[in-house]
Amino acid sequence: MRRVAIRGLLARKLRSALTAFAIVLGVAMVSGTLVLTDTIEKAFDSIFSSSYAQTDAVVSGRKLVEWSQTGKATVSPDLLRRVQALPEVEAAAGTILDMSGDANQAKILDRDGEAIQGSNPTFGLGVDPGDERFNPFRLVEGDWASGPNEVVIDLNTADAQGFRVGERVKVAGEGPVRGFTLAGIVRFGDVDSLGGATIALFDVATARRVLDKTGFDAVAVAARDNVSAERLIDAISVALPKSVEVKTGSEQAAEDGEGVGEFVTFIRYFLLAFGGIALFVGAFVIFNTLSITVAQRTKELATLRTLGASRRQVLRSVVLEGAILGVVASAAGLGFGVLIAKGLTALMRAVGLELPQASMVFATRTAIVAMLTGTIVTLFASVWPAVRATRISPISAVREGGVIVKKPSRKTLVVGLVLSALSVAGLVNGTLGDDVSATVRVLGVALGVLGLFIGIALIAPRLIRPLARLVGLPGARLGGTAGRLAQQNAIRNPGRTASTAAALMIGLTLVSFVAVFGKALLASDENNLRKQLGTSHVISSQSGWDTVPLGAGEAAAAAEGVELASAIRGDRAQLRGGGEVDVSGVDPATIGRAYNFEWIEGSEAALASLASGGAIVREGLELPGGGKAGVGDRIRFLTPAGKRVETVVRGVYERRGDLDQLLGQVVLSQEAFDRSFPRPADLLTLVQADSTAGLERALAAYPDAKLQTGEAFIASWTKWLTDVMSLFYVLLALSVIVSLFGMVNTLVLAVFERTRELGMLRAVGMTRRQVRRMIRHEAVVTSLIGAALGLPLGVALGALVTQSLSQYGVSFSLPVVPLVAFVVVAIVAGVAAAVLPARRAGRLNVLEALQYE
Amino acid sequence: MNAVVELQQPARVDAGIDARTVVAAQDLTRTYGVGETAVAALRGVSLEIPRGHLTAVMGPSGSGKSTLMHILAGLDKPSSGTVEIDDVEITKLKDNELTKLRRRHIGFVFQFFNLLPMLSAEENITLPLSISGAKIEREWLEELLDATGLADRRRHRPAELSGGQQQRVAVARALVSRPTVLFADEPTGNLDSQTSAEILGLLRGAVETYGQTTVMVTHDPKAATIADRVLFLADGLIVKELGRSSQAEILETLSEVGR
Repeated sequence: MRRVAIRGLLARKLRSALTAFAIVLGVAMVSGTLVLTDTIEKAFDSIFSSSYAQTDAVVSGRKLVEWSQTGKATVSPDLLRRVQALPEVEAAAGTILDMSGDANQAKILDRDGEAIQGSNPTFGLGVDPGDERFNPFRLVEGDWASGPNEVVIDLNTADAQGFRVGERVKVAGEGPVRGFTLAGIVRFGDVDSLGGATIALFDVATARRVLDKTGFDAVAVAARDNVSAERLIDAISVALPKSVEVKTGSEQAAEDGEGVGEFVTFIRYFLLAFGGIALFVGAFVIFNTLSITVAQRTKELATLRTLGASRRQVLRSVVLEGAILGVVASAAGLGFGVLIAKGLTALMRAVGLELPQASMVFATRTAIVAMLTGTIVTLFASVWPAVRATRISPISAVREGGVIVKKPSRKTLVVGLVLSALSVAGLVNGTLGDDVSATVRVLGVALGVLGLFIGIALIAPRLIRPLARLVGLPGARLGGTAGRLAQQNAIRNPGRTASTAAALMIGLTLVSFVAVFGKALLASDENNLRKQLGTSHVISSQSGWDTVPLGAGEAAAAAEGVELASAIRGDRAQLRGGGEVDVSGVDPATIGRAYNFEWIEGSEAALASLASGGAIVREGLELPGGGKAGVGDRIRFLTPAGKRVETVVRGVYERRGDLDQLLGQVVLSQEAFDRSFPRPADLLTLVQADSTAGLERALAAYPDAKLQTGEAFIASWTKWLTDVMSLFYVLLALSVIVSLFGMVNTLVLAVFERTRELGMLRAVGMTRRQVRRMIRHEAVVTSLIGAALGLPLGVALGALVTQSLSQYGVSFSLPVVPLVAFVVVAIVAGVAAAVLPARRAGRLNVLEALQYE
Repeated sequence: MNAVVELQQPARVDAGIDARTVVAAQDLTRTYGVGETAVAALRGVSLEIPRGHLTAVMGPSGSGKSTLMHILAGLDKPSSGTVEIDDVEITKLKDNELTKLRRRHIGFVFQFFNLLPMLSAEENITLPLSISGAKIEREWLEELLDATGLADRRRHRPAELSGGQQQRVAVARALVSRPTVLFADEPTGNLDSQTSAEILGLLRGAVETYGQTTVMVTHDPKAATIADRVLFLADGLIVKELGRSSQAEILETLSEVGR
């Protein structure tokens, strides 16, 4: 029997290959994701560990807040001298070299005077070249930067921009643009590529000036011979102030990598989810194909039974077939994963997320996970067809007639209806229910969607007839007899058409959901920003979330034609007894005219009290005790540099939406902000101006400052949402492609099954072209059934989720254009799936087809 | 022996039907395969089918009778020789032209009925017309439904019809486009004797009533009794020809030509 299974697969090579492909793609997505994220992780690891490669200990500010704009506490030169004086210390050097946050940013300008950007970090760093071992950079060309007028840049940037040693390069740090002489070009440790990041490297004194810093980011220490790392660290820690700590080099590297590590982990699970969806769709395809082949092999299997094969042996042979398919497909998918990893990198870059690369990491874990998931999913999908095969009685061997079409059973319908009802209940409870815990919500939605897919696939055979009549109408009109026959062919075996269409339905449901939900989020986000913004223009950084040097806001305020310019400082802080919050520093005199406050507690007068040290907070800020902050409450927080700040709430302003906010949860006066945060900078400047000519002139010295009208600013600030939607579309396209393979498969099997019929049609006058058209129409009818199931389902899910968020101003509206586009995609998918089967059908030799048994 | 068969006067010819030749074949050969494994299915057959006649082609299996019919109907191409239908040389036509020719000139009745399971009896009958985009003449259709006794079964699917009824649908389908020639390939091969007789009656009736030129391949001597002329093939050649004959005469000839 084992031979029967293997020979069977080999005899049906094309079909087996098509079937396997359904799983290959899902597995490739899984393995590709793992390869990609492992590689990124390794690249980041090497970036962070390179910083401290030959360092025994690192003294640096405690990291209190992730992704701070102003940076953690610095190490004073005085402390460096004290460390150098310790008997355990052989040598120590101070550096400005922290690549873990957003604090050390200096933008290099290209030849057109535009900041080289993207959404990638633009590091400004300072190292004194003196001691080789504390310098992670390797000189490729030229010399180290020394003195206030020299800079060194990284090899990638130099190559990309064509900069040569000796020429002038402009750099903008925490101040206006300045020109420097390019002294040399460096490579960073062993790192091949820093992604899209750029590095401008100065000597320490110059870096301090460019970045508006005092002291050092870190002091790197080397121990004397015979001094252990522990002894060194013990010796140093005696002398340290509270805001600073000492660690081994690798500990420091690990800490620097934490933020990025979380981010990479997020990307890993995010992408794996799409691999999971593709595998789920692949399972549908496998199930369907195996069911059809079992039905077509009724005679063969029955003959085996008459020859003495037991039910168990039949079961085993079909499951074995599935197992072989699963293993082979998983192995192929594992290989394809490398290509997928490359594709994903390109995709990330397209949405502005350029990640550093190292040589590709192919972990054993990747192979194990990919092989297991692919094989298990395939085996799982082959169980039911195998059970069905055991039900074939030996007498079928001698019975007349071809494939028996199974009537959709009542039991299946009932199971489908019950499952769908339960899923809808879970979904409604998960989205709209009151007093439901987050876990129940997530489970309700996830299992609800999954259950609904299976439930609808079970009900679908009953829906095929009316749906095919509906979606086949245009085809029947346009395609003449071929179109009409195609429509009827699609409903001949409703169960088969149903599961083929259901596979496509899954992808289409998810993209429609994304379209509905994304549109609602985007509209509400834009709306909320519009409500907040009270001025005609906004100045932000090019990327939108970096800070702009203080000078830019001041220059704008003084510019000709400017009625009002209200700068908003921004950074993050650690709330005592709570999480991290965004803190803004505003000008109490102007902010009331630039930002439209709606007061929940307090009034406009609260703004005036900011000047005397008070704070206003956003509605919903949680206090350590668990309550919400209200007027009179005390708030204590820790800045990234370790400074404790205490203030009293004077007003609570209305939160608009949950997405983009112009102001932080805690708003201070600029003076208070500047006192608390070491290197204050503006996140945004809200500007009311009649003409922009004067403004543009005033901002010319700040290449990273971007002046936009309010609407343009809102559009660019919300662009991340559109980017995320595109990312979802592309990743979900994978599962649509998987379902395409299912469609090709079903059609090839149908053509094979109807060989004699096709022969007759050709004999009575059907042209090859008409035959091809007939197959194509059948495919389109099937894919449109998928759309007819998927789009309403996706829209309904979207409506449900937007409804659950209605309190945040998210409201449902029908995304007509995307939905029409998805219908077109479905039609194109159908036509594409039909190419091969239609060609096979068209090529049939009439005579052979007629004599075919 | 290149038997050019002299036309016999048909036993009965209805008024208005002329006896001109509608199908003419010249020196047909058909070889399958090449080299040593080559098999000659036809080794030089010439014949003429007169309008309004029912011609039966008989012979033992492997005699080339099916190949001959396929070539005459334009489903297969001869290795050499020509076939003309209504003065059109079909052996030169391309696939698309042949398909169009089949629509206009040729009707088929198959051994296994070959109906589309998802269409009703009536839809199956009118299928060739809808494929070619021709108009359905209601009266003609009703007449066919009456003649085949399917009037009250027109809405039934093939699965709901008996074998005989299915073959009657197939005969009506072959007649619906008023083809120049109707080819029947073992039309009774899959039927019991009673329903066989019904189908043969239908075919003969079409010849009598509509002057339908018909070529029937069969190995059933009883079926051949309805023919105006019986051609016997053996080893790729026409070896014998009879006029209207009894079952006994046909049987005798069959054993003569070496069954």
